[in-house]
Amino acid sequence: MLKISNIETFYGNIQALRGVNVKVENGEIVALIGSNGAGKSTLLMTVSGVNKASAGEIVFNDKNIESLLPHDIVNLGISQVPEGRRIFSRLTVEDNLRLGASSNDKGIHYSKDIKDIYDLFPILKDRLGQRGGTLSGGEQQMLAIGRALMARPKMLLLDEPSLGIAPKLVNQIFVAIKNINKEKKVTIFLVEQNAKKALELADRGYVLVNGSVTLEGSGQELLKNEDIQAAYLEGGGKK
Amino acid sequence: MDLAYFLQQLINGITLGSVYGLIAIGYTMVYGIIGMINFAHGDIFMVGAFVALISFIIFALTSIALPIVLLLTLLIAMVFTACYGWTVEKLAYKPLRKSFRLAPLISALGMSIVLQNYVQAAQGARIKTLQPVIQGGFTFMEDTGFTVSLSYLQIFIVLVTIFLMAIFTILITRTALGRAQRACEQDRTMTALMGINVDRTISITFIIGSSLASVAGMMFVMYYGVIDFYIGFLAGIKAFTAAVLGGIGSIPGAMLGGLLIGLIEVFWSGYISIEYKDIAAFTVLVVVLIFFPTGFLGKPDIEKV
Repeated sequence: MLKISNIETFYGNIQALRGVNVKVENGEIVALIGSNGAGKSTLLMTVSGVNKASAGEIVFNDKNIESLLPHDIVNLGISQVPEGRRIFSRLTVEDNLRLGASSNDKGIHYSKDIKDIYDLFPILKDRLGQRGGTLSGGEQQMLAIGRALMARPKMLLLDEPSLGIAPKLVNQIFVAIKNINKEKKVTIFLVEQNAKKALELADRGYVLVNGSVTLEGSGQELLKNEDIQAAYLEGGGKK
Repeated sequence: MDLAYFLQQLINGITLGSVYGLIAIGYTMVYGIIGMINFAHGDIFMVGAFVALISFIIFALTSIALPIVLLLTLLIAMVFTACYGWTVEKLAYKPLRKSFRLAPLISALGMSIVLQNYVQAAQGARIKTLQPVIQGGFTFMEDTGFTVSLSYLQIFIVLVTIFLMAIFTILITRTALGRAQRACEQDRTMTALMGINVDRTISITFIIGSSLASVAGMMFVMYYGVIDFYIGFLAGIKAFTAAVLGGIGSIPGAMLGGLLIGLIEVFWSGYISIEYKDIAAFTVLVVVLIFFPTGFLGKPDIEKV
């Protein structure tokens, strides 16, 4: 469904991605793990068209998308929940959700889709008239995911959904992600520092180090891998 | 007599304030969406005044009824001037969008000079005059020794302003376009990730701002009957002051600021000194910004993270 081949992305003179190859099949949950600064968010932003790749290609459903603009990529069916959630804090929860529906036929499915979002995150219904900025971190994450789903994506890119969120809510959000994948048949490409949670959830995983993929395998394989256990699962760095 | 004199100033101030308010909306919308002061906006207003003038002169040769002439001129001025505003954005600001903050500002100053010289070259440097289009009005309080007059033109200006402001307020607060604009104000990258064409949203903002400025230009040429290629400078700076006074980025703020600047200028001329009327608005701005650094209706940039 999504094939990222030999992607290289620069930030000014700094090379953030050095020939990354990642494949995500229809219906999968794929996790990308790696430490801070490995280039995980850059990869998602490159897929979404916000960062332009200087080399390589990205193919989504047999269509090259590496040179498309971000809004065109959303309209093709790739939505992103970015790092730090980036909800529109001065707009209401409802406006945020309506913005999410912008790409999908001018929002004609809004009233139906919003019900699905309430089923997933009932708390959002009570918060509808509030400004996004007044929500707690966990609620903002739910809003960000709900907003992305309003576009009826075929594939959802999730960047650090557990970052800065109360542990109880992290579980709820991971359950929701699983649910989105299984019930709504949305393919998930997940970036996480919380490697254990991500790999438990994922069908397959990739490890990104300094802008290159160093390991790949099924979620279970990677969980058992000793290097990964040492580097990402037990506090890091212990041999 | 004092009350009559006061009333007259009030009427004149509200009329002038309407013109400033219409221009100020363009400053504030553009600032809101891309964070730049569009210094060419005053000259867009001037272009609007010229388009309206030319349109009036052409219609004067025909025998079309006045209300239709007014409506057609309004539409012609809005459409032509919107094209200018759109072109300025495409040529001078869009290529600099990823550049450092001052670059589009400098470009805007350049566009301001370009537009002034373009109109000077195309229309000549001499002042242009327009015969009164709408004549007559009401007079009252004649027995007090000072006759208060409220012309039909003033009523027309204020009504059209209120009407347009109401329409555009609904557009910004109730429609998908307005929602997209408010989203762009906050986070352009994220807005694009909603599937919204950010460049088009910015273009539309310039189109709306320019067409409102052109209406102000039309009012201006009808009200004063005299224009030249340089009117955009002072009117632009005053409208910009109005936008800052009301809180830059806030559309109700721009309307309020425009009204205040109009009233301040007229009352200052009426009661203090007509020679120094141009500094009145700026003096008040300085005083207000000391106590309200974000203007009257501006929002402080504090957010919960």
